[in-house]
Amino acid sequence: MAGFIIRRLGVMALTALCMTFIVFLLTNLQPNLEKLAKTQAGARITDAEVASWIDRNGYGAPMLTRYGEWLGVLPAPLATDADGRAVGGRCLRGHPGLAADEVPRFCGVLQGDWGYSTKFRRPVTEVIAERLQRTGLLMAWAFATMVPLALIVGVLAGMREGSALDRGLSTLSIATTSTPEYVSGVIFVALFASSMVGLKWFTGSAKSAVEGATFQNFTLPVATVALYGMGYIARMTRASMAEVMTAQYIRTARLKGLSFRAVVLRHALRNALIAPFTVIMLQFPWLLTGVVIVEALFVYPGFGDALVQGAQNNDIDLLLAVSVVAVIVVLATQLLSDIGYALLNPRIRVA
Amino acid sequence: MERLSWTGALGPWLVPALEAALVALALAALAHPLALLAGYRLGPGPEAARSGPGRAARLTGGLLRLSLWALAAALAAFLIGGLLVPPEAKGILGRIATRLWPVWLSLGASFALVALFRRRLGLLGHLLGNPAGAVGLALVMFWVFAALFADQIAPFDPITDVIAGMKNKPPGTPLPAPEGTYGYYLLGGDALARDVFSRAVAGARVVLAIAPAATLFAFMVGITLGLPAGYLGGRLDLLLSFLANLVLAFPVILLFFLLVTPEIVAMGVPTYMAGALFLFPLIFLTILWNSRFRTRPPLRAALIGATLVLGGWLYAGLAWNADPFGVVSMPAGVLIVFVSVVFVNAPSVFRIVRGLTLDIRTRDYVAAAQTRGEGPWYIMLWEILPNARGPLLVDFCLRIGYTTILLGTLGFFGLGLAPESPDWGTSINAGRGLLQFVPFPPLVPAVAIMSLVLGMNLLADGLREESLRE
Amino acid sequence: MTAPLLEIDRLSIAFATRRGDIPAVADFSLSVAAGEAVGLVGESGCGKSTVALGIMRDLGRAGRISGGTIRFRGRDLATLSGSELRRIRGNDIAMVYQEPMASLNPALRIGRQLMEVPRLHRGASRAEARELAREMVADVGLPDPDRILDAYPHQLSGGQQQRIVIAMALMSRPALLILDEPTTALDVTVEAAIVDLVKGLGRKYGTALLFISHNLGLVLEVCDRICVMYSGEAVEQGPVRHVFDRMRHPYTQALFRSIPLPGADKTTRPLETIPGSFLMPQDRPRGCNFGPRCTHFEPGLCDTAEIAMRPVPGASDHEARCLRFEKIDWQSRPPVPKAAAPGEVGAPVLTVSGLRKYYEVSSGGLFGHRRRKLVRANETLSFEARQSETLAIVGESGCGKSTLAKVLLGLETATAGQVLLDDREVQETPIQKRGPRAVADLQMVFQNPFDTLNPSKRVGGQILRALEVFGVGATRRARRERMFELLDLVRLPRDFADRMPHQLSGGQKQRVGIARAFAGGARIVVADEPVSALDVSVQAAVADLLMDIQRTRRTTLIFISHDLSIVRYLADRVMVMYLGHAVEIGSTAQVFAPPYHPYTEALLSAVPVPDTRVEKTRIVLEGDVPSAIDPPPGCPFQTRCHWKDRVPNGRCARELPPMVELGSGHRILCHLSAEALGEMEPVFRVAAE
Repeated sequence: MAGFIIRRLGVMALTALCMTFIVFLLTNLQPNLEKLAKTQAGARITDAEVASWIDRNGYGAPMLTRYGEWLGVLPAPLATDADGRAVGGRCLRGHPGLAADEVPRFCGVLQGDWGYSTKFRRPVTEVIAERLQRTGLLMAWAFATMVPLALIVGVLAGMREGSALDRGLSTLSIATTSTPEYVSGVIFVALFASSMVGLKWFTGSAKSAVEGATFQNFTLPVATVALYGMGYIARMTRASMAEVMTAQYIRTARLKGLSFRAVVLRHALRNALIAPFTVIMLQFPWLLTGVVIVEALFVYPGFGDALVQGAQNNDIDLLLAVSVVAVIVVLATQLLSDIGYALLNPRIRVA
Repeated sequence: MERLSWTGALGPWLVPALEAALVALALAALAHPLALLAGYRLGPGPEAARSGPGRAARLTGGLLRLSLWALAAALAAFLIGGLLVPPEAKGILGRIATRLWPVWLSLGASFALVALFRRRLGLLGHLLGNPAGAVGLALVMFWVFAALFADQIAPFDPITDVIAGMKNKPPGTPLPAPEGTYGYYLLGGDALARDVFSRAVAGARVVLAIAPAATLFAFMVGITLGLPAGYLGGRLDLLLSFLANLVLAFPVILLFFLLVTPEIVAMGVPTYMAGALFLFPLIFLTILWNSRFRTRPPLRAALIGATLVLGGWLYAGLAWNADPFGVVSMPAGVLIVFVSVVFVNAPSVFRIVRGLTLDIRTRDYVAAAQTRGEGPWYIMLWEILPNARGPLLVDFCLRIGYTTILLGTLGFFGLGLAPESPDWGTSINAGRGLLQFVPFPPLVPAVAIMSLVLGMNLLADGLREESLRE
Repeated sequence: MTAPLLEIDRLSIAFATRRGDIPAVADFSLSVAAGEAVGLVGESGCGKSTVALGIMRDLGRAGRISGGTIRFRGRDLATLSGSELRRIRGNDIAMVYQEPMASLNPALRIGRQLMEVPRLHRGASRAEARELAREMVADVGLPDPDRILDAYPHQLSGGQQQRIVIAMALMSRPALLILDEPTTALDVTVEAAIVDLVKGLGRKYGTALLFISHNLGLVLEVCDRICVMYSGEAVEQGPVRHVFDRMRHPYTQALFRSIPLPGADKTTRPLETIPGSFLMPQDRPRGCNFGPRCTHFEPGLCDTAEIAMRPVPGASDHEARCLRFEKIDWQSRPPVPKAAAPGEVGAPVLTVSGLRKYYEVSSGGLFGHRRRKLVRANETLSFEARQSETLAIVGESGCGKSTLAKVLLGLETATAGQVLLDDREVQETPIQKRGPRAVADLQMVFQNPFDTLNPSKRVGGQILRALEVFGVGATRRARRERMFELLDLVRLPRDFADRMPHQLSGGQKQRVGIARAFAGGARIVVADEPVSALDVSVQAAVADLLMDIQRTRRTTLIFISHDLSIVRYLADRVMVMYLGHAVEIGSTAQVFAPPYHPYTEALLSAVPVPDTRVEKTRIVLEGDVPSAIDPPPGCPFQTRCHWKDRVPNGRCARELPPMVELGSGHRILCHLSAEALGEMEPVFRVAAE
């Protein structure tokens, strides 16, 4: 088991390196830097001034070098003026006025320095931590509604394939997989929060949820995130359950004299839930899309909103940090899904 | 002129009927599962499978079916009634139904054709006998015809017709000075005073021009790489699978934000990606002909030559905007959207094709082809691929739906297509700010997306069921 | 006489489909007394498994009992409520079926699955249930019961799994045990052990057996009475020996005459095939279902009304569903058609010497120690195949016979040794480099008829492609003509060219596979179990077709099989393989008579022979075939050999035996002395009549 995890961690680290490099590359292209220079040093500066700003602030080195500096494995050079005072450089961002000998030589993500958000004018770590907390709350509620509901629907539909119950629930699941968040969100708001229908049960904005999530301001965002993923998990569960119910060993169990309930609970359920488990874990990259949409639609300043702000405002450090966190979360869930699959499935566990 | 009501002169009769059907449906839909579950618990375990649900469940089931039919009948009455009554008695629904007459005509004709030649059409014919498949097909065909006849259906130009005083108006609002034009904004006006109905119909054309084509390209890429990865295995498989997993591990939304920002576009990244991705159909067809007709060199040369000349011309035009005759090109915004959607979908197709190949390559007919001395590409393309067509067809339909959702996502964040584009995602984005007060501009495209994707998913489900039955 | 335990009276079972009800079983009557073993025999699709599931009342959503009754201890099973039925299932009636691996829940430990039965039916405590399970595991002859109880199903071998399934069925000492083809998925030597076990335990617990099989020999070994089914009906039933010796239904006789019994010979006494093909239930004729295929059919009599079972004089409960059995001369045989004279065996066309094939697999699944392991699939094989000769390669699954085929064809290259095709070395030439002539010369016929043709291409197109690749015919028209000739050759109508494979029956697909193999005028054909997936009556036809083509074209046939009966019938020479080694090679007469290699002897004795005159020495092998990943040291067969103690100093466990020449090309891989070999007795003895 340990060997397996170590090997998986190795692959994961390699993947993470590749992915962060790609993100780094795409966010640190020359046009991005020029735009950054203009937003930081004034929109009317000349091309020569742009070039010198880029050089002074440590953006001028070759791409791989800068990536190494960002990671924290290469020392970041410091620009000093004639008096030996630090005037620019990677490690000075966010800490202006530091004396040259106080500036650390390494300041990458490995040292815990994620950079400085130009949009929010705060260290990126602070922004991310605060935002992750908010999104975590949203995700937790979404998972807590989505997973049990989806599993129940899937098992009920799959235990008697072709029955009326199955057809009804399956159609329902198909309908929810056809409703992306920006559609269900719009419909929910129109139905439950607008003057059109006049129900106004919930608020159409989750801005107040930052102060405290209530049933009124948090239901619609949670329902919107949960709905789209629910149908998918339910359909997976149904397919898996239906397949298991036709297996020979289910007939064996039935012909032992077990009741239908015992057949389903003792013999079918465990085998049928192996496949959906992986699906649930692999929902994460997908849920992130949902979260970004929902946070935009309901004006909830969470992690997804940080992604949008970072991208739209050319906030390089913030966007990079958001990407890295997203990628790591995705990879970690993949690892968890592999381990969980192996634990659930004795055929692999003992082999 | 007055604002139109939804139902016009038919309202007083049909609205109560519709409400009754809806109430009955809601009651039955709640009662039926409960009755079924109760029946399972009380009924004699394994016997329930054969003797079916209990009496209560049968009753609620009947009610459910009845109310569904009643609802369908009421809706049909709205449409048909709306078509038939004189113009001054028509409500909004009636007028919309009238505007859509080319769609009804083509839908009727195509379904009649399919029903007529049902036996000879194989899978397509069977689809009509499958409720989910038939409904799905009808929804998809509805939007296809709506896109085809968009110019005839839409009463206003979706982009240029901006009529003063119609900003954010509710559905059925008459024009202030309806001279020489259609008299109403049937589904209201948006924040820039454009007709919501016309924009929704025109949006179908944008979406249906991009989504199926992008899915097809993703399939070409996925098949061309997935077949050798599954069949040959080894290092090639390791490398390709690693790359596919790399792309799949990126959250889609992040990729979009990274690929479709102005800075990236300025670097020409989408064009290079198009240059690479659009090569795959050419490679695919060339290998296809080469492996099949290796024993007949003249035919092979002719087919490959034609593919390269025609394909090369399209390739130059589409990917590099370098068509020497200036006929073939793709607007820059569309190209970016197209490429990013293909890029996101291709790895999933790759994984599916690879898995199917791993399964099929152990069959005896593959071994038989090997013992005849066939080359690996012949075996992949002519022995394995045709036998993977069932699952691939199902996935193709599902994926068109998914691509539609992705296009909507791009539009929702204002990425790629121009802000005035009538496509559904962009329209939702434009209208979402005032959603709570003026719901129609975003609601109409939202329902449009949902119905098209639902149609695709139902169609895929019907195809899967029917192909399993064969 | 007491009331029978199980009494089926005029049972009909129908399945609802889109095209209406399909009657799977019609007017079927059978009774089973307590402690009795009854065999239910018939070809696939005759409804024998449906009867079994009907008894268990487990026909699924589509199936229902449409007529007649099934009484168990006098109670009509159809009237039982759900909970009453559950009390009978697994408690009074238990069932075992074909795929042992699929019958066990992969996620639960063996112990839990066994304990469930007494806990459910007897309300036993956990400890009691575990104790019962332990006893039962020991009873089915598995060593170390505690370890087995804690194992998961996938950790056991196929034979062990089937023993567990039987143990599970016997946990509550049922009065009736239904076995549906319990050994079909197992190797012959494992099958023999399981059959012995079932017989023994049935007697020990006084359990009645309903034994469903397509194998007449097994039924003779296990059962007291037999019931033969055809097309949903019982056509003949009675005491097993009486039916075997004095069958009174033309179908039963046709079935027996299509199996290669000892004494059958491809030239003098060829197998008889049943004309026509099996009819789908909805196409059944009026009157006798077997009528259209029966040689004794009399229009106006056999096709007018439903025919009832009629008692056969001579035994009290022997019945047959035939109106003419008194008038039929049961001893006469149709004249032997004049077959072409067997071709003169010519010069060697394929010579293999010292061939080895090893390959690496990475084992270790998902976790830890992924070690590369060496599979020794073939070990120093030497043999030759001559023109116009049939060389049979015999062995159980995993003995390396299919790997050998792959190496010969060039799908794999040899690790060491030499393969001479005519006089060209091809052991290192993969198929793509062999050139069209060499490829066309050496072709293959595959095992699984449902897999051998590409399901999405027309039959004619598949043959045409082979012709194209082999460069036969200058024009499309010429190739098309040639394709029709090939269909003639395998006796299929020419309009089959336009059919899709799913419109063909298994036997017809196999014929197309043969036509495809002969497309380039193959001189050597490797046939990998070409008939083992077919029903017996179709087997004979396909085997005879292969023989006919061989005679006219002087083809060399390398016939890979695990079925010794068919091998004895059609092979000229036989090579027996075990764990990658050739343990015995010689002419058919030499291999099937003593002195044997000990493995050949055991293999022969495991083959069930459906002939009451034949007496067999029973040698039941212990354990399973070792894995080719770590074969035992010394002689490969030493772990299971019961002659081992005749070799002094434990040499068997230390040294690989030499290939000993016993004269005129008969060689065995054994340490036994000439003296010990001389003591061997024939496995089969035909009793004097």
